[in-house]
Amino acid sequence: MSAPGTSAITAAEVAQSVRNGATTAAAVLEAHLATIAAREPDIHAFNLVTADRARERAAHIDDQVAKGIDPGPLAGVTVALKDNMCTHGVPTTCSSKILEGWVPPYDATVVSVLQAAGAVVVGKTNLDEFAMGSSTENSAFGPTRNPHDTSRVPGGSSGGSAAAVAAGFSQFSLGSDTGGSIRQPAALCGVVGVKPTYGYVSRYGLVAFASSLDQIGPFTNTVADSALVLDVIGGHDPLDSTSIPKAHPSLVSVLDQGVEGLRVGRITDLPAGADPDVQERLEAAFDALQSAGATIVDVQVPAFTFGLTAYYLIAPAEASSNLARYDGVRYGLRVDAPDTNAMYGATRAAGFGDEVKRRIMLGTYALSAGYYDAYYGKALKVRRLIHDDFQRAYQHADVLLTPTSPSVAFPFGSKGDNPFAMYLCDTYTIPTNLAGHPGMSVPYGTGADGLPVGVQVLAGTLQEPTMFRVAAALERSLGDSK
Amino acid sequence: MSDRISAADVAKVARLSRLDVTSEEIDRMTVQLDGMLEHFADIDALDLAAVEPMTQPYPLVNVFRADVPQPCLDREEVLAAAPAAEDGRFRVPPTVGYEP
Amino acid sequence: MSAYDGLPGEWELVVGLEVHVELATATKLFSASPNRFGDEPNTNIDPVTLGLPGALPVLNEQAVELAMRVGLALNCTVQPCTFHRKNYFYPDMPKAYQISQYDQPLNVDGFLELPGGKRIGIERAHMEEDAGKSTHAGATGRVHGATASLIDLNRAGVPLVEIVSRPDIRSADEARQYVNELRAILVAVEASDAKMEEGSMRVDANVSVRLPGQPLGTRCEIKNVNSVRSVGRAIEYEARRQIDLIESGQSVRQETRHWDENDGRTHTLRAKEDADDYRYFLEPDLVPLAPSHEWIQRVHHALPPLPAARRAHLATCTGFAPDSEAVVSVVERGQDHYVLAVGHVGGDPGRALVYVKEAFADQGIEPAVPALDIAALTNLEVEGTITATQAKAILADLLANGGGDPAAIAAAKGFEALDTSALESVVDQAIVEQADAWAKFCAGDGKAMGAIVGAVMKATQGKADGKLVTALLNQKRA
Repeated sequence: MSAPGTSAITAAEVAQSVRNGATTAAAVLEAHLATIAAREPDIHAFNLVTADRARERAAHIDDQVAKGIDPGPLAGVTVALKDNMCTHGVPTTCSSKILEGWVPPYDATVVSVLQAAGAVVVGKTNLDEFAMGSSTENSAFGPTRNPHDTSRVPGGSSGGSAAAVAAGFSQFSLGSDTGGSIRQPAALCGVVGVKPTYGYVSRYGLVAFASSLDQIGPFTNTVADSALVLDVIGGHDPLDSTSIPKAHPSLVSVLDQGVEGLRVGRITDLPAGADPDVQERLEAAFDALQSAGATIVDVQVPAFTFGLTAYYLIAPAEASSNLARYDGVRYGLRVDAPDTNAMYGATRAAGFGDEVKRRIMLGTYALSAGYYDAYYGKALKVRRLIHDDFQRAYQHADVLLTPTSPSVAFPFGSKGDNPFAMYLCDTYTIPTNLAGHPGMSVPYGTGADGLPVGVQVLAGTLQEPTMFRVAAALERSLGDSK
Repeated sequence: MSDRISAADVAKVARLSRLDVTSEEIDRMTVQLDGMLEHFADIDALDLAAVEPMTQPYPLVNVFRADVPQPCLDREEVLAAAPAAEDGRFRVPPTVGYEP
Repeated sequence: MSAYDGLPGEWELVVGLEVHVELATATKLFSASPNRFGDEPNTNIDPVTLGLPGALPVLNEQAVELAMRVGLALNCTVQPCTFHRKNYFYPDMPKAYQISQYDQPLNVDGFLELPGGKRIGIERAHMEEDAGKSTHAGATGRVHGATASLIDLNRAGVPLVEIVSRPDIRSADEARQYVNELRAILVAVEASDAKMEEGSMRVDANVSVRLPGQPLGTRCEIKNVNSVRSVGRAIEYEARRQIDLIESGQSVRQETRHWDENDGRTHTLRAKEDADDYRYFLEPDLVPLAPSHEWIQRVHHALPPLPAARRAHLATCTGFAPDSEAVVSVVERGQDHYVLAVGHVGGDPGRALVYVKEAFADQGIEPAVPALDIAALTNLEVEGTITATQAKAILADLLANGGGDPAAIAAAKGFEALDTSALESVVDQAIVEQADAWAKFCAGDGKAMGAIVGAVMKATQGKADGKLVTALLNQKRA
């Protein structure tokens, strides 16, 4: 869906126009700010719109162009950042009361990289608190609404970032994906969302949820835009010990290579639960790829179905440790008390929402003395099974195709009081994070009530080029050449 | 309701995590966590004896940094974000009853 | 009486020591803030040190190098290893977890040899990061009665090696020797300045007692031991405290206790029901550390001669025992090289050792006298041209003037050893003058000799050789 008030233009085209003077960064920005002004009150994609800073930045870029300095491959391109990425001098809240108003004294690496590439940050987007959730209903500052139907959720946890791109608030946005938090909201909002291979993009400055699962990735309206953004933000960072110490090949350059001869895997033992309208779009995707010259093969990933369990033991365990630093001592909320232990207890009780507390408790339990082997230890082994099953499948297929989300966007409050019902939203996305593999959601038509449906393309470690080739082919098959 | 986690366990875990909880919250969380652990029992059926735990998504080893100082953060900026500061230090209530 | 160190009955003391050592790197273990003592609070900080949201650790290569030096100097095996998170809440712990090593530490299974030759097993020497510092604002400066705590994170993230001994130590004296020897090793390999008074070396003692043949008793961990002397005092106090408990029918509770240097006792530090469950798990933000064989070999070969080897060498060259006070203290001060140098330029190493100990090592000053001059002095004494007492006086002169010609100084002072017959007549005269003392001496009172020797010294203005005088007196009495 093109953003109202802006033409269906790619990030590359925007940057090109700004660099060659056909347009200005300021003009590009103002168009987006106008869209934000018009629709943001209905959507609430942002925790903070940084209009003044953005204008300064845009002016600086136009100034560079005037002086003959190249601002970079994303010159003047607008971006919204999920509010769990540290931005120096700009509040970073993780949509939590415990960090309300906290201003980081440093930039995340991706933020520095984007700025060096000439991008213009328009604001910080809303999320489920500390990235824990699948609907953005867990935000302490109110939910974000799906631009396609404001009575429904945009998905989560990167709901704000997905909605921002779907509504035309920025050319692209960044989210983070731990169990599907980029791909699932991308599917629900009808945009492209990519989680790269673990270690592809630096995590330095990304507020940690689950350290061995988190990755930053783009939301865009087109596959080409995601390729460009990843080409810019991907790469080794000496400040992140887990970042892959290799240069990555260009993704932009492979988009037109087609899928002739590629093997696209259908996982025959995939857990059931996808709605019929979602299933129908997946079948259409298989057909389209076959028509484009790919071979469809059946594969099995037997441990796929245990992904939810492994994830909901590993992620909360790591999170329970990562969130222990929110103790009221050095930054963030503090509730005063006569001694430090009392202060910790009162501060964290007041500062964290229910879902966060639940996961901290679950995670602490899974690691605690006497329970480590039964829970966390066992989950790490299940993780190995999932990884190995995927590796075997990738001997027979170049990519795998699955639904992204079991359903289209659902109404607010419809998952009720049972947290587990919400967890099922990530059934198809979680195993990828456990394996460390890349995955992306490509919008592929609509389902029930005309709401967007996404199809998920999965690939093996560092197989982003193949994954993007398939995604580009799917996009082309919709007849929406952008 | 199965007996995978008790209210006493929940209270103990809350203390370990430094989360003040009301007794109503303990009861509610016990039901929810117990329900989750019930779902998670699906992995109990797997034979994991010969399986190595997977701890690293991308296998790396020996990642280092050179022992060269870099500029530090500005203390005033950092302390300005602190809930309480005094004499260039973070100020907290006294820590009573234990030392690590 | 027990063979052990003044403990009553047959009681045996069992001690293991855990020593934390700050490594002498330029920057912290996981971030590039300076590793410096004494700077203004909270000036050596960065997102990692502060535990800010989004911060990530990256391992300091030099810290690994120094940690390997420590392990190899302690005869450990260096092995591939991993880092774990140790989770607990405390205001000086910015992440509310410490990155440490758990079941796969860098260095394992070594030993430290005490000067007397006994080996104390080293279970492990692993890497971990230091915490910040809390000071307690309020009347007493101690935590009880404080109104607030003030946190300085300069020290947070400083690289530490934690050296854990096996419970092989059997006396307070051995414990002190262990600490001194460990310190000497750390300084020799330049891994740390290991100053207890500055906190760059911290000692915790695990103490238990048992009767012979019994299994190990319940142990208590003693913290806040801030000097070598305190190590001994705290262990002795704790051993007696435990013995008193057991002998009065009570049992020792396993707990952590705090040593109070002022009142000379250990006190309960924390209630054990509040024992922390550290929930160790592999640190997902770091990757495994597997030093190459080449790296390990290089570190090993670059190790300087260690104190034990230096003592053995000095002992061989001087004829003194390797655990004699002279050898131990001179090597401790790094002055063995000087003694050997004196030998190399033709002096007597044995005499040189005595001079160096008394004039330099014991005084805490560095030798600033040319080795040639000391060599000449030793030879004068060994030849018998001067007495030991006279040598001391010449040495004082050399010190004062930064050198000199010992023979000339001897002549100037009118030093020459009296020949035996001249000495004998002085002795005979003294016997007559000190008739009472001589009578007592002949009756068997050995101490009475002192008065006569004193008289001889007075008459000869100190030039007499004391040993010779004593020999003459004994001869004459017989």
